[in-house]
Amino acid sequence: MNGTAGRLVWLIVALVGAASLGVVALSRGETVNALWVVVAALCTYTIAYRFYSLYIANTVLKLDGARSTPAMRHNDGLDYVPTDKWVLFGHHFAAIAGAGPLVGPVLAAQMGYLPGTLWILIGVVFAGAVQDFIVLFASTRRDGRSLGDMIKSEMGTVPGVIALFGVLLIMIILLAVLALIVVKALAGSPWGTFTVFATMPIAVLMGVYGRFIRPGRVGEMSAIGLVLLLLGIIGGQWVAEDPAWAAAFTFKGETLALMLIAYGFIASVLPVWLLLAPRDYLSTFLKIGTIIALAVGILIVMPELHMPAVSRFVDGSGPVFSGQLFPFLFITIACGSVSGFHALISSGTTPKMLETEAQARMIGYGAMLAESFVAIMALISACVLHPGVYFAMNTPAGVIGTTVDQAAQVVSNWGFAITPDELAQVAKNVGETTILSRAGGAPTLAVGMSTILSNLVGGQSMTAFWYHFAILFEALFILTTVDAGTRVARFMIQDLLGTAVPALRVTQSWGANLLATAIAVAGWGYFLYQGVVDPLGGINTLWPLFGISNQMLAAIALMLGTVILFKMKREKFAWVTILPTTWLAICTLTAGWQKLFDDNPAVGFLAHARKFSTALADGKVLAPAKTTEAMARVITNDYVDATLCGLFMAVVVSMLVFGILNIRKALANPRATAHEVGIGGAAIAAGDD
Amino acid sequence: MAAQAQNGGTPLPFAKLVARMANLMVGLPDYDSYVEHRRLNHPDQPVMSREAFFRERQEARYSGKVGRCC
Repeated sequence: MNGTAGRLVWLIVALVGAASLGVVALSRGETVNALWVVVAALCTYTIAYRFYSLYIANTVLKLDGARSTPAMRHNDGLDYVPTDKWVLFGHHFAAIAGAGPLVGPVLAAQMGYLPGTLWILIGVVFAGAVQDFIVLFASTRRDGRSLGDMIKSEMGTVPGVIALFGVLLIMIILLAVLALIVVKALAGSPWGTFTVFATMPIAVLMGVYGRFIRPGRVGEMSAIGLVLLLLGIIGGQWVAEDPAWAAAFTFKGETLALMLIAYGFIASVLPVWLLLAPRDYLSTFLKIGTIIALAVGILIVMPELHMPAVSRFVDGSGPVFSGQLFPFLFITIACGSVSGFHALISSGTTPKMLETEAQARMIGYGAMLAESFVAIMALISACVLHPGVYFAMNTPAGVIGTTVDQAAQVVSNWGFAITPDELAQVAKNVGETTILSRAGGAPTLAVGMSTILSNLVGGQSMTAFWYHFAILFEALFILTTVDAGTRVARFMIQDLLGTAVPALRVTQSWGANLLATAIAVAGWGYFLYQGVVDPLGGINTLWPLFGISNQMLAAIALMLGTVILFKMKREKFAWVTILPTTWLAICTLTAGWQKLFDDNPAVGFLAHARKFSTALADGKVLAPAKTTEAMARVITNDYVDATLCGLFMAVVVSMLVFGILNIRKALANPRATAHEVGIGGAAIAAGDD
Repeated sequence: MAAQAQNGGTPLPFAKLVARMANLMVGLPDYDSYVEHRRLNHPDQPVMSREAFFRERQEARYSGKVGRCC
């Protein structure tokens, strides 16, 4: 190519990136501009994409642009469609970008902006994007088969079943933690509650429009929905200002949790066109639009980061989540760095639409870089807040009390000087009665986003609108995930139950449907309710469990990638997947071990259970429990959480063992044994294991 | 097999690209490509109307085993 000029450009990109990263890492002044983080991230992405992903594409995987893809072989115009790479990039990005990359970095901001930024950048380059890319590649060479199927055929039936079981557990925890985020954002907020409730009739109206009035006009129905949604936000303000209406839409966390559980059940048995699909359209477009708006906002407003580079809470005493930087930072930020969930997407619809195998690089690796940038923007949004506001919002009431005076005092004592008036003013600006102890990430992100977006459009007077817009945007796609996820969990449960009682597998049977849906909803509902009544805010307990499970799935997917590389006789390059697999295994197992056995009751489930058991034996009642029965429930919850954590660890360890066994088998065989489907549809290697 | 690329090898005009991207983001592949595919490869078989195509794709999107991401 144009050798010297090209090299010069890349040298400049590298130098700019290094300089920006240097400013981000070494700046110890009052504040640092967010633009430095953005530039450092963009330079890292372009260099990683240009060099590392190319190395993986050409040398490690040897992508073959001439090889026929599932879309070419099975083209049916429906599932298998050769699709323009930019169109497919959009599809894939929309499928992988969810609430995860928005919430994790916000929680991780308690350790300062630097640890999170570094893990997001390093993690995505060497783990997350590699995982998405390799799984997409592997599935494309296997007729677009799912992760579970590939594990079954490449590693054996038992690991396949273990992995599926792991996926079901993740679904349950994911749905619980996402629902908890919505509850935390809406509790005691009539404005937010009204706008989120309003999305339901709006979605039904859109559904009817798209089904009967103008069938299939997605653009029209979404435009109508969007207008109504904006009216809903404005109406929410009116509701919040009217005492009678405000009271009607003010709910406690417990009530909201029960409503959400009932909603999840009803929504996932209704026909999809009525509620789920229209809301999905709305939330997808709103998500993409808001991400773009936030990027534009950050670039134009160029906000300063007020959070210190590294806060005192790297020692593990932080109020948002307990535990030290290693391993807990690496499981708190999952999506954005590396997310096992993406392995399900990369082996879902996307591989069935690739025009050529060579495009797996741009879509697998590239889309994950874009998601990582979403995580960087979320981190920036949290760090533009005054740290005092951040900690007042994210610390449980048990620690900072329930008044701005107490909260300001506690937070100021931590070294983040803030006055009660400042805290009250923030609440007033966003149109809420209080912002204290709104853990869960969504409200913090919303305050950060409203700060940035109101500087872009509308100024101070629009802050409250943008805050509720951000809350609505998050709640909308979380609810879509909850309801679509409940359906997925239902199918999985029906599949599992079907192995014992075949009649339960029939998805047309109402009885089987309702039973499996009830099990799915009860599963996440249990953890949701437990999280809502938790005095430490619930996120504290559930987010680490979710992080561990998500990184566990990533470790499994990367293990599969490693096994496939060995079976392809590319073991020389297998460090590309061994490196992230090892790191994720170390992080999840260490975090799991500490969640189980750490002596600190704030970290270890068993220590917490012991503390409550001892108190119970002495006839004492510890907060939040008010009765001895409640004490017993706390203890049961601890043991349930501990069991789940132990299960996750067992899944990781067993998959590692199966992986190593398969690698040894592949090494012993002189021939390539990967079960690929190749040119013309013939199996290249008729595997012998 | 005559598996033709959706865009016939030439880049899509920007407006078309955005429209197709938006549709596929919510699980709707291009209807015209579907019709073209049926016409070329299965000329003797019936083709779904635009409405039926929309309904079929909508059902398919939520009955699969792949959920939305976190």
